[in-house]
Amino acid sequence: MDESTLRRQVLEALQGIAPEVEPATLRGDRPLRDEVDLDSMDWLRFLGALHQRLGVDIPEADYQKLTSLDALIAYLRQQIPA
Amino acid sequence: MIEFRMPSLGADMDEGTLLEWQVAPGDAVRRGQVVALVDTAKAAVEIECWQAGRVFELLIRPGDKVPVGTPIATLLEAGESPETAPRPPLATTAQRAAAPPTPTPAPAAVPATAGPPGRPRISPAARKRAAELGIDPVALTGTGPQGAVGLEDVEAAAKRAAPIDRQAAMRQTIAAAMSRSKREIPHYYLGETVPLAAAMAWLAARNAGRPPEARLLPGVLVLKAVALALREYPQLNGYWVDGAFRPGPGIHLGVAVALRRGGLIAPALHDVADKPLEQLMGEMGDLVQRARNYSLRSSELSDATLTVTQLGDQGVDSVFGVIYPPQVALVGVGRIAERPWVEAGGLCIQPTAVFSLAADHRVSDGHYGARFLAEVRRRLQTPDDL
Repeated sequence: MDESTLRRQVLEALQGIAPEVEPATLRGDRPLRDEVDLDSMDWLRFLGALHQRLGVDIPEADYQKLTSLDALIAYLRQQIPA
Repeated sequence: MIEFRMPSLGADMDEGTLLEWQVAPGDAVRRGQVVALVDTAKAAVEIECWQAGRVFELLIRPGDKVPVGTPIATLLEAGESPETAPRPPLATTAQRAAAPPTPTPAPAAVPATAGPPGRPRISPAARKRAAELGIDPVALTGTGPQGAVGLEDVEAAAKRAAPIDRQAAMRQTIAAAMSRSKREIPHYYLGETVPLAAAMAWLAARNAGRPPEARLLPGVLVLKAVALALREYPQLNGYWVDGAFRPGPGIHLGVAVALRRGGLIAPALHDVADKPLEQLMGEMGDLVQRARNYSLRSSELSDATLTVTQLGDQGVDSVFGVIYPPQVALVGVGRIAERPWVEAGGLCIQPTAVFSLAADHRVSDGHYGARFLAEVRRRLQTPDDL
């Protein structure tokens, strides 16, 4: 999966949880959960959506690595077999 | 004959607008069945009927806005027939007269019209769109065949009218309920820092190896602990009605949900003390999602016996809430975070959260509330038992 496809998948999953998100204004290097205002239930649903779409099951222990949208995409790229 | 009235869906509702009937005259209705969809300032609510019977008459139409308590339908009880049923006096004539004038019905030959003669001629698509936009289709002048109101008439009216602002309406209803609370309820407030190392470790072990869809959130443990503690402190669980405390018929916790575009709603999770954590997690997820889509059931809006507001892992340290009348207490839970903690003469770091109780002094006192908070704290130390 190439970078732009992966980014699109992540943004679509995010918009499923937070429909008001405008991908154009989202800053990839900022704390994601502040940028998008995701509470813990939203966050869990977002991870569930990523699991469904990409088959990547992100364990709780790795949450701390997923600080921003860019960090999340980098993490996912490592997890998805090329 | 059973009179079915516009239910009150909480202290902040004084009228409701019928969006659609989901039953028709002659239909059998069972207890708990959804019979209508009603719009309030906060949400489009599925209205349940709590008496079994057969629908006799529908007394209001989609688009009608009526005060809480207004009869909106009549049902025949088992064994009754339209001829034998004693008819209660209905105040509907006056209400109908007060409703906006309806267009003169055209001959019933045009299939695009909805409903029997005497009702305004509005296409189903127009009716649906009007409900979405908060427009009263009955007040519109139709440009369709023989004056029928079509989709384009509704869209045109929407452009003319100032947009109905659900946010503004919600702000008003919250203001009304909270003003009443602060005016009438003599609140007292207590706070207690609860150590959560055991609960969070239990949760981490429980969630490890499970996909996101099967994980539990700390908030579910909190709800269960509060519910179990309420069993032992029933004076915090119920309603203040007509100058007296009425214990809740069950332990139904209102779960405060922040809506994405602002505003707040606290629908009930039913019988929390009796349900396993997995079931509560599933029901809470469903409830939060439906609250955000403005799609709740009447029992969920009216049944909460105590509200819990949790700020999750992104919020502030503590919250001291305003009781939602006619309830008599509210539990607030601040952010769960690692903080310094003193234990057995030593300093350590562990996750903690500040739990607060706002309670009604007409029903309980600070000493009672303090023992309740201590019980919640105690329960959270043994997560296996939750």
